[in-house]
Amino acid sequence: MIPELGHYSLVLALALALIQSVAPLIGARANDSALMRLSNSTALMQFAFVALAFGALAACYLTSDFSVANVYENSHSRMPTIYKFTSTWGNHEGSMLLWVLILSLFGALVAAFGLNLPATLKANVLAVQAWVASAFYLFILFTSNPFLRLADAPFEGRDLNPVLQDPGLAIHPPLLYLGYVGFSIAFSFAIAALIEGRIDAAWARFVRPWTLAAWMALTVGIAMGSYWAYYELGWGGWWFWDPVENASLMPWLAGTALLHSAVVMEKRNALKVWTILLAILTFSLSLIGTFLVRSGVLTSVHAFANDPTRGIFILGILVLFIGGALALFAWRAPLLKQGGLFAPVSREGALVFNNLFLTTACATVLVGTLYPLALEALTGEKISVGAPFFNLTFGPLFIPLLAAMPFGPLLAWKRGDLYGAAQRLMAAAGIALVAIAVTYVAEGGDVTLAPFGIGLALFVMGGALTDLVERTGVFRLPFPAALGRAAGLPRSVWGTAVAHFGIGLTLLGIVSETHWAAERIVALKPEQSVVIRHYQLTFDGIIPREGPNYREQAAKFTVRSGGEVVGVMMPSKRTFMARGSTTTETALMTHGLGQLYLSLGDFNADGSIAVRIYQKPLVLLIWLGAVVMMLGGALSLSDRRLRVGAPKPAGRKPALAPAE
Amino acid sequence: MTRKQRRLILIGSSLGVLAIAVALILSALRQSIVFFNSPSDIVEQHVASGARVRMGGLVKPGSVARGADLRITFAVTDGKSDIPVAYQGIVPDLFREGQGVVVEGRMANGLFQADTVLAKHDERYMPREVVDALKKSGRWQEREGTQK
Repeated sequence: MIPELGHYSLVLALALALIQSVAPLIGARANDSALMRLSNSTALMQFAFVALAFGALAACYLTSDFSVANVYENSHSRMPTIYKFTSTWGNHEGSMLLWVLILSLFGALVAAFGLNLPATLKANVLAVQAWVASAFYLFILFTSNPFLRLADAPFEGRDLNPVLQDPGLAIHPPLLYLGYVGFSIAFSFAIAALIEGRIDAAWARFVRPWTLAAWMALTVGIAMGSYWAYYELGWGGWWFWDPVENASLMPWLAGTALLHSAVVMEKRNALKVWTILLAILTFSLSLIGTFLVRSGVLTSVHAFANDPTRGIFILGILVLFIGGALALFAWRAPLLKQGGLFAPVSREGALVFNNLFLTTACATVLVGTLYPLALEALTGEKISVGAPFFNLTFGPLFIPLLAAMPFGPLLAWKRGDLYGAAQRLMAAAGIALVAIAVTYVAEGGDVTLAPFGIGLALFVMGGALTDLVERTGVFRLPFPAALGRAAGLPRSVWGTAVAHFGIGLTLLGIVSETHWAAERIVALKPEQSVVIRHYQLTFDGIIPREGPNYREQAAKFTVRSGGEVVGVMMPSKRTFMARGSTTTETALMTHGLGQLYLSLGDFNADGSIAVRIYQKPLVLLIWLGAVVMMLGGALSLSDRRLRVGAPKPAGRKPALAPAE
Repeated sequence: MTRKQRRLILIGSSLGVLAIAVALILSALRQSIVFFNSPSDIVEQHVASGARVRMGGLVKPGSVARGADLRITFAVTDGKSDIPVAYQGIVPDLFREGQGVVVEGRMANGLFQADTVLAKHDERYMPREVVDALKKSGRWQEREGTQK
């Protein structure tokens, strides 16, 4: 009964989405406010029905209802409850349901909180949102129905892919989807603006919070995925330039560019056409990401099962939306009036520089990701494009971007003073040069990229602080005055500085991990020790353990530093009974910002076991930097400017409260 | 500066960055792409010694031999040809005899020196490259390829 209820809810959501695809558009044309307002109710009810459908599937998982094919395929009655819940989206069908759940959530949020939007804009935005939703509801109902029943309900399920039985599954996909799908709002706003043929600074002000929220979620979502891959896959790597990773990186790059160009549009009424195009491209890249990951064209952890009809269906959606949006853009964009003028050296100029390099870097990632697919489709030749390609293309494009980043916030709007900005960055540059010199000497004069990378990271961080120092006048003014200024600074200024600082942190972590990670791969017998850096690890023996749905061989290691025991690490191999498959569980020991990383290999006949050990200084900065970036985004989001005209707290309530 | 000049600067610098990107992509593609081969391709096409390639197939049953210092040798087969592979390090969890595998490295005197060994992520399906390699040699049965 429950799965049928879920299925039916989804059909109802589709019906509502179809109404919402048309009615508000007619309303906006005919200036019929009742028709336009209809979209509010349909958006909220759509979310309610999709939430019901999602809840129904989750209920099937939580109760281990193996009469549902999807649950049988991906669950096991003995899994811990948390994994039973998260396996709701640990499969193709369920993850698409999560996708539309978040899509309808954003639609409902616009309906509920977009009270200050002009009526026609809001109606058009919700209509476009409904087009996207309809396409994906149809996709789920026709090719990926999660509610299909089995004729004979099996007694036990086939268990979730062991790699996914991890808390990471609870965090990474929802955050990533919040980011991916959140960009649909920017897309809908862009299409709505093109339909209306009118766009102004207020438009940018409406779009920016949504884009910022999506960007924050995507930033942390990518970082979380990276950390998950780092500890789950057992190779000690945190980024593999795998196509599915690129699929999430591309919308992030385009979305970052969009955030910056929207600032120019909001403040200076310039770059309008470009911002519209970026909004379209960002969501298009999210769709391409969904296609790459969900269609089965790629072999990866993320490809749950390949069914060609799904690939073709998503490809159809892709062509329809990207092609349609770009055609509409080509047709209507000339109507949009060009805005303010600016000199090449100015805040606007710096943001254009940012956009230029971000989008170009994004394009190289796109080429590297799609080229092998295109080549295989055209010639049948199979190639793989890996890390070396991206290091040679993405790297050189990102370095000038990072080096220029500190200058941007120091330049004035319209016409900036590059020399003045450079003077103010002397301190940051000085720190960077000292760091380069120190690293160079510490490395024994070895000319690697490490000193340069460290210098760049410190320059980026110093530059972010310089902006704050300059604006608060902390070294020039008496302290209370500086404090007063600091409190008076717009939150978005703090947000910018914090986010830019976060990028510096991530870069520092990356450079440190790349150049100073120590690796040892050894075979150890019980009581044998291995030394890595100043840590001595002694293999004490194997301890068999039982988990709810797996058996585990844990290897106990005592870690000593300077003769003192500093900890015990227990990496293990888990054999999952239902699938008979084995996974490696790494053990991590965090010390400061560095980590000791232990992962098991084969158990050999002579009683020894293969172990992979890494000591990675500052590695946590890679992900902490992303969290700091997100905090920067949050600060910026809390800026009053972005909430101007927002409904007052005690104001009127929306007709329908959003369902939870 | 006139509007036109400003626009020219903008377009000029955009094209400049784009040109740099294209140059980077082309040179990187020349240097760093890796071709994928089945064992039969390697036998038939005489892949140049020293060229970096990927090879996919099944780990031949009975061929896995482990040595000291985590050395491992095995043969990769597509049913028509076998290629011996040598690797030092830790092989993935799902590396097993009779299962699909993708190795990356170089051919040297008839021996494939692998520096990367990839197995599938999930026991339910094979790396697509392996499926294609097996299909080409006629050793693939659709039954094996079903997902359920």
